[in-house]
Amino acid sequence: MDWLNAIVQGILLGGLYALYGTGLSLIFGVMRIVNLAHGDFIVLAAYLSLVVTQIAGLSPFATILAVVPLLFVFGYVLQKTVLNRALTGNLLPPVVITFGISIILQNALQLIFSPNSQGLDAGSLETASIQLGRLNIGWVPFITLITAIVVLAILQLFLTRTALGRAFRATSDNPGIAELMGINSRQIYGIALGLSLAIVALAGILLGIRTNFAPAEGPARLLFAFETVIIGGLGNLWGTLIGGIILGIAQVIGASFNPGWFQLAGHVVTLLVLAFLPSGLFPRTREL
Amino acid sequence: MLKLQKIDLYYGQFQALFDVSISVEQGETLAIIGANGAGKTSLLRLIAGAHSAGSGEILFKGEEVNKRPAYEMAKLGIALVPEGRMLFPSLTVEENLLVGNYVRRPGPWKLNDIYKLFPSLHERRKNPSSNISGGQQQMVAIGRALMSNPNLILLDEISLGLAPLIIEEIYRVVKQISALGTTVILVEQDVRRGMNAADRVYCLLEGKISLTGRPSELSMEEVSQAYFGV
Repeated sequence: MDWLNAIVQGILLGGLYALYGTGLSLIFGVMRIVNLAHGDFIVLAAYLSLVVTQIAGLSPFATILAVVPLLFVFGYVLQKTVLNRALTGNLLPPVVITFGISIILQNALQLIFSPNSQGLDAGSLETASIQLGRLNIGWVPFITLITAIVVLAILQLFLTRTALGRAFRATSDNPGIAELMGINSRQIYGIALGLSLAIVALAGILLGIRTNFAPAEGPARLLFAFETVIIGGLGNLWGTLIGGIILGIAQVIGASFNPGWFQLAGHVVTLLVLAFLPSGLFPRTREL
Repeated sequence: MLKLQKIDLYYGQFQALFDVSISVEQGETLAIIGANGAGKTSLLRLIAGAHSAGSGEILFKGEEVNKRPAYEMAKLGIALVPEGRMLFPSLTVEENLLVGNYVRRPGPWKLNDIYKLFPSLHERRKNPSSNISGGQQQMVAIGRALMSNPNLILLDEISLGLAPLIIEEIYRVVKQISALGTTVILVEQDVRRGMNAADRVYCLLEGKISLTGRPSELSMEEVSQAYFGV
């Protein structure tokens, strides 16, 4: 087998997983909520992009301008109207609610779009690639990886250099004390879920351009997002990128031995990390 | 500027404050003294909006503010320095101070003024706030509250667990804050310390006001009786 190619393809795939993991990690970091509908939102974003391409005749890349703001608003409203009511300090209610949202989304998508898989058509770009010696780097995976890096860089600047970003971190540390500083934690939570879903929108569109998607595929995306975050270390932004890359490499190498080992190899690596480094490769210095 | 009238405060079935009425004028420094569990911290947290009174009225600058959330009280100009400092551990010293300025109230306090007030914080400004001494943490907590340019600053047990020299320095700063016209309410277990710093004193005993007056007009006997209830 071609190890170099497997590693390069794995790194590229890792860009997509980093986008999956970032949104999940962000809201867990800020409000300690595990969003079980995360994967279904990724699939929802792909379908929203599909609808916009059909209505407006746009390229899927251009639908980013519509789908990202739409999901931001959706996340903000969902948090303010539903999830904020479930923040009682108990971990279970948000889990149950997002599980419910997951089921609703899967069934609604099936009802509207049928259970058949569909794809986003990005024209010739989908198959275009850069030839580097014997390596073949697809443009779409390459753009995905760059997008992930840019998103993480912007998120890091936001969290460390802006007043709102500091308010995010302060709220994550201690919401009660943050309120005393004039920070409305529920507002922060709304923006956090909005941001998380905006990143999910990017992930969903890039997923849809890269491969076909179907209404029931959300939970598998959620699993990859979890694995990314577990490997990289929860709450560590750049750890998420490394986590995604390690997961991607494991899957590609697994698949190169036997196509059926694609997911299995990723799960094995995740379990190994859980067994030996339960806080991930790059844990935050402070335990969450 | 602040008036509490006939306040009852409950935590579920437990009543923490009984019929408490206090008032403080612009520029005054008030000390609230009392034993452990007398309700001092509850009273400060109530004023800061972290609790709401079951009955009674809270007037701040003439406005009824009971049941307003804490983040609105911060915008109105009330800042609490909580018991135990309660810095944001994953933020640096400077970031903690900047979070204090989240409400962007106009006023005299800027980052540099805080560093002038507490020079030792300047060289530690990039340190994680969990990684500095207790005295410095207390300075950050006070600086963070000042960054919101409050009209009323609430200081909860700021001398607790600190070395005498540091306490001196911190109380010197409290005098400076007060001299700028900021109203101060401080909670102290150290009765002498509280009475020295304050224009007026309220003593709390088991959730009720047991004594009030100017420190110069109160004898230690009266105070200890009000403090211990014997």
